[in-house]
Parts: sequence; C-alpha cells; structure tokens
Amino acid sequence: MAEYEAVIGLETHIQLNTASKIFCSCKADSWDDGPNTNICPVCTGLPGVLPVTNKAVVEKATLLAAAMHADIPEESFFDRKNYFYPDLPKGYQISQYDMTLANGGYLDVPMPEGESRRVSIHKLHIEEDAGKTVHEKGRRLIDFNRCGVPLIEMVTNPDLHSADEAAQYLIRLRQLLRWLDVSEADMEKGHLRADANVSIRLKGEDVLNTKTEIKNVNSIEAVRAAIEKEIKRQTKAYEEGERIEAWTLNWDDNTQTLHKMRSKETEADYRYFREPDLLSVKIDDAWKDAILSGLPELPLERRQRFMADYELPEYDADILTGERALSEYFESAVKAYEGDAKRVSNWVMNDVLRIINETGTTPDALKLTPDYLAETIKLVDANTVNTSTGKTLLEKVENSDKSPGDIVKEEGLAQVSDTGAIREIVEGIIADNPDEVAKFKDGNQQLMGWFVGQVMQKTRGQADPKVASLLLNELLSE
Amino acid sequence: MSLTLDEVKHIAHLARLELSAEELELYRQQLSSILDHVAQLDELDTADVEPLTSVLAEQSELRVDEPGQALPLDKLLGNAPDTDRDQFKVPPILD
Repeated sequence: MAEYEAVIGLETHIQLNTASKIFCSCKADSWDDGPNTNICPVCTGLPGVLPVTNKAVVEKATLLAAAMHADIPEESFFDRKNYFYPDLPKGYQISQYDMTLANGGYLDVPMPEGESRRVSIHKLHIEEDAGKTVHEKGRRLIDFNRCGVPLIEMVTNPDLHSADEAAQYLIRLRQLLRWLDVSEADMEKGHLRADANVSIRLKGEDVLNTKTEIKNVNSIEAVRAAIEKEIKRQTKAYEEGERIEAWTLNWDDNTQTLHKMRSKETEADYRYFREPDLLSVKIDDAWKDAILSGLPELPLERRQRFMADYELPEYDADILTGERALSEYFESAVKAYEGDAKRVSNWVMNDVLRIINETGTTPDALKLTPDYLAETIKLVDANTVNTSTGKTLLEKVENSDKSPGDIVKEEGLAQVSDTGAIREIVEGIIADNPDEVAKFKDGNQQLMGWFVGQVMQKTRGQADPKVASLLLNELLSE
Repeated sequence: MSLTLDEVKHIAHLARLELSAEELELYRQQLSSILDHVAQLDELDTADVEPLTSVLAEQSELRVDEPGQALPLDKLLGNAPDTDRDQFKVPPILD
C-alpha cells in the first residue's frame, strides 16, 4: 500500500482580551451577559456613526506579531469585507486585506518525539467579529454582543503533517496567547477558534492536492479527532480512485462525525476595498519600542533556559513553563532557596501545583509565596521538620498569613531528633509488643516499617524517622 | 463600459435583492453609466502617481481601552420588526 502524508494548515481566530470592543467602547466580553446587552450605534451599524480604533487592540496584536517573529510594517490599512448576512448589521466586516498589521512569522512547535516543527504564518491581521445567530426550531435569533469584538485572524501555511502536529500547534499557540496576556484563549468560550484545511499526498511528493476545510472544531481534542477522520476518509477515497472535492465539512462533536456543508451558490465575492471611515494604523519606532518593551521571554525560550541553567529534565521544564506566572514563581523560589533547582522543581510540581489545583488560585496569588516555599524546603533540609510535616506545612502556610517558621514554632511541629526522647519511646514500644519483637528476631525484617510507624504515631509524626530506625535497629538487636 | 445582465444579477444576489426583468435592465443601464462617468479618470496617466487612500496625512486618534455605556435594550430592540427574548428574530437564511 502506498504511503500518504497529510498536509494541514490551520486558520485561527483569536479573541483579544481588551476591556472594550475594537471600534467602540462597548464591553468586549459578553460571556456572562444576556443577549444584546453590550451594543451601541457603532457596532450595530446604525447610520451616521464613525468607528474609532481601540489602541490596546493595536498594541496586543503587535505584541503577538512580534512573538510570532513577524515583520511589523510602519503602516497598515483597514478594508471592508462585504457580505450580506443577518449577524453582520453593517453589511461589511472591517478587516485588513492587502496591507496588514504583520507579514510572515513562524512558531517553532516542539513535537512529542523530541524534534521541533517550524510552522510558518501565511497571514496575520486584525478585524472585528460578527454577531451570533442561534438556530432554534426553524427560527433564527440574532445576538449582536459579539459584533465588534476584536479578533486576530492568523493563518498558517500548510506546514503541519498530522492531526497530532495540528493539536500541538494549537496547544503552543494557546500557551503563547496566555503568556503574552493578549487573549484568554479559552476554546470553549470561543476565544480561540480553529478551522483546518486538510489534503493528502503521496509521501515524498511536493504537490498540494485539493483540500477540504473543516469547521466547528472547538477543542484540541475535536481538532485531533476531526483531522484524523478526514485523513482516513481522503486516504480511502484515493485508494479507491475517487476524486477529492473541495468540500467544507462541519464537525459534529456529539457524534464525532464530519458532515458536508451545503456548497455556496456562488464563489465568495467579498469586494474588498479600503475602509473610508478609518485612516491607516501607523506604528512608528517610538511606539513600537514601547510596545515591545513589554515582550517577555517567550515560553519555549524559557523552557530551554530552564533545562540549560537549572539542569532540569525536559518534563519539568515543560510543566514549569506551562504558564508564565508559574515559571516566575519557580524562578523566585529557586533564587530564595539558593540550592538545587531540581529539588525546588519537585516541590513545585508535586505540592504547589496540587495546592493551586485544589484552591483554584493562581501562582502569583498564593499566600504560600516563593520565599515561604524556599523556607519550608530549608526546614526539611535542616531536619527541623520531616518531609511529610513539610508538605502539611505548605498547606498551613497557604491557609494562614504566617511564615513556615512561625507555624512550626506555634504548633510545635519541629521534628524530634532528640535521641534520648525517641529512645524512651522505642523502649516502650519494644516492651509493649513482645510478639512483633519475636517475629522480627526470627527474620521478619519487614516488621521494621511497622515499628517505625509506631514511633511516628506516638510522636504525632514529629520523630526523625532516620533516628527512629537507627535506635530500633540498635535496641532490637540486643 | 457596459455591464451584462448576468453581472447585474450577480451584484443583486450579493445584496440578496430580488429584481424583476425590467429592474435588472434599468439598473444595468444606470450602473453602466455610473461606471462610464468614473471611467473618465482613466484618461489621466497615473503611472508615476502613488495611490492615495486619504487626503489626511495623519492617522486617526486612537481610543483608550475603557468600556463605556451600552445602548438601552428597549431602544435598540424598539426598531426591530420582530424580537424574541431580547434577540432579533429574522427569517430563515439560505447560505
């Protein structure tokens, strides 16, 4: 059987997390609001109004373009994309066509097998969103809240070659958008929407065959499943000598199937022309410098640096740089700890992340600050508390406003390493449990764990288990 | 510059307008004469002239990203022929 290769490009729409819309001051995010509550004469296209561009939209789009390594020309233009649809009250969408905010660019996406795939960008521009049509039992209801919500449309070249690569691209894009604080990038809420263009070819060929477009893939899982299905369908069609037609397919997430959408009666004819109500967007060097001064180290760069500077495994570096605030938390804790970064990484990944997940808070809002985490690890290192008390201590710090040191003092959590005190307890346990002692002496070495457990129970977990073991060994061999 | 009837039909379809045969011919003539009028500009040699989008040299003022007041719902829905639960009700759409 011939070997095929999938050729995939992704078109994404990214909702920027500005407070207001792109051309009017209506609130941008209406997720929690009723229909038609955030609209005005501008975004509903009433006569006699003029759009005024939101400065933050240009800034956030520029930041993303820079992070995507795109060229940012000094001047870009808005254009009208004309089409007639009830959720577009103006009859046109203000978008950018031939002179866009950014040109080119790429994202290097690490793949699970270790190598990295460079995904180049075909198009990156800003535009306004259209309204929402709800189809309900043959009726069409229109909500204009989404009209004028700022979007970035970003289209990749067909550089992706499997469903998994497409999913990885979206995962890394989502990470980047949140990292830059330009979008909440929540796919369920439609902040990040994706359409996939899919075709296949014989492996080794360099042609682009007829592609289909998959719409309505609203989660990473849906993108993966829909593309996989479509690659299978096209492969079967090729094998059977059928022609692939340029269909638009709709993904039904409930049934996990693709459906052919009704083909358009005519080819799209958007009659683009320059938006006469808006002048060009000019980003001079001074403004660009000011915007780019807010460009942080990028997630994948930080991931590499964590591996190089802190000698962390890739797995650790990946998790710790999953979110910008978490990576900053980790670095602050390493600085405060002044010791082995891997040790800090273990505490963050096992314990701090659990507390974050359980409390639903964010790393920068934890009462368990990086300094307090470092202090706790030092208390464990110094044998002041044992590891399990250390873990409990983290939660106590998070649930109070106190430092780990103060809590240890107040609650008497310090580990008992006083040999005399532990010896007394060990002697008591040996005296109270003659059966176990006899079994141990007969060779049941596993009972050592049980004896240590008894000591920990008697000391409410505060005995140094190492000291307890040493004393037990000594006294049991008498 | 003369438009064909098919071109006028296409333009009408893009605007979802239903035109009678008489109207199609009327608009074909009117649109053609508008295009003829504008086509007079072609007499000028603009080979060495940069395209101009606006006569204003500066860029527009940008707006600070602060949310303002939305339109009251009753005012907005007041002009709609039909509404349902604060939404505009429209006829079924053919894609």
